[in-house]
Amino acid sequence: MLRKILPHPFLTLTLIVVWQMLVNKLTFGNLVLGTILGLIIPIITSPYWPNRPRLSSLPRIVEFVLVVLWDICVANVQVAIIILFKTNANTKPAWITIPLELRTPEAITVLAGTITMTPGTVSSDLSADGRSLLVHCLDAPDPDAVRDDIKARYERRLKEIFE
Amino acid sequence: MVVDILISACLVISGVFGLVGSFGLIKLPDPMMRLHAPTKATTLGVGGALIASMLFFYFKVGDFSFHEFMIVLFLFLTAPITGHFIAKTHLHLVHKPADLPPTGTDRPWASYESDAERARIEAEAADAQNG
Repeated sequence: MLRKILPHPFLTLTLIVVWQMLVNKLTFGNLVLGTILGLIIPIITSPYWPNRPRLSSLPRIVEFVLVVLWDICVANVQVAIIILFKTNANTKPAWITIPLELRTPEAITVLAGTITMTPGTVSSDLSADGRSLLVHCLDAPDPDAVRDDIKARYERRLKEIFE
Repeated sequence: MVVDILISACLVISGVFGLVGSFGLIKLPDPMMRLHAPTKATTLGVGGALIASMLFFYFKVGDFSFHEFMIVLFLFLTAPITGHFIAKTHLHLVHKPADLPPTGTDRPWASYESDAERARIEAEAADAQNG
């Protein structure tokens, strides 16, 4: 019964919070409207979530977000240095293949998004069976190190969160 | 005073990264490399401007606004998807499968597998599952 009304409790909560942030004013009317939206949208969209991912502990998610934000700052500076001070002949772009241990589509989506958001790497394609990811690096003198770094920093943490 | 300095610092950082990102668009030689420049402008460039806006409204106007969080959230959700689409279009137009590293599995990169081939493999997998 509860599962029918709340097929996706986290989505409901997120929608209520996001709605309050969008209207930017916490009143009773906004809270009611947010709750109505938070109840209706998950029910309408539940066919698109056949296997909902189970998220484990919140501290790990927070840790992952902080690590990614920190890496974004560091990598921004690194890429700025590459653009400003390296000649084009000296930059070595590379394609690398990352074999994936993640299997859930949601986890792979988060990993691909993270790789693109950390500057210097753009995830470009997925193998047809979803078992490896094609990543383009702006400057990678040592492509294997980049691959190992991504696997150790992001994929391991995502595996703990999603699986 | 301290707040003023913080706000200005955030604005300068965002301006510098925006400028470097745009400069990268001109300087880098091929489209795949140019794709790296705008992903930077959205992260620290936009991020700095939004932090400055949040600080300004909180300390100067006395009115806290969540809209900056929302802008960051939606940017972080949409920027990788546009990047992925541009990369895939580029793969279709310019590259050949031979230019790319092997997938390490027995199927090619998703951009290069024809629909007929995919349908055949998926039908086989479904058959195997149904016994």
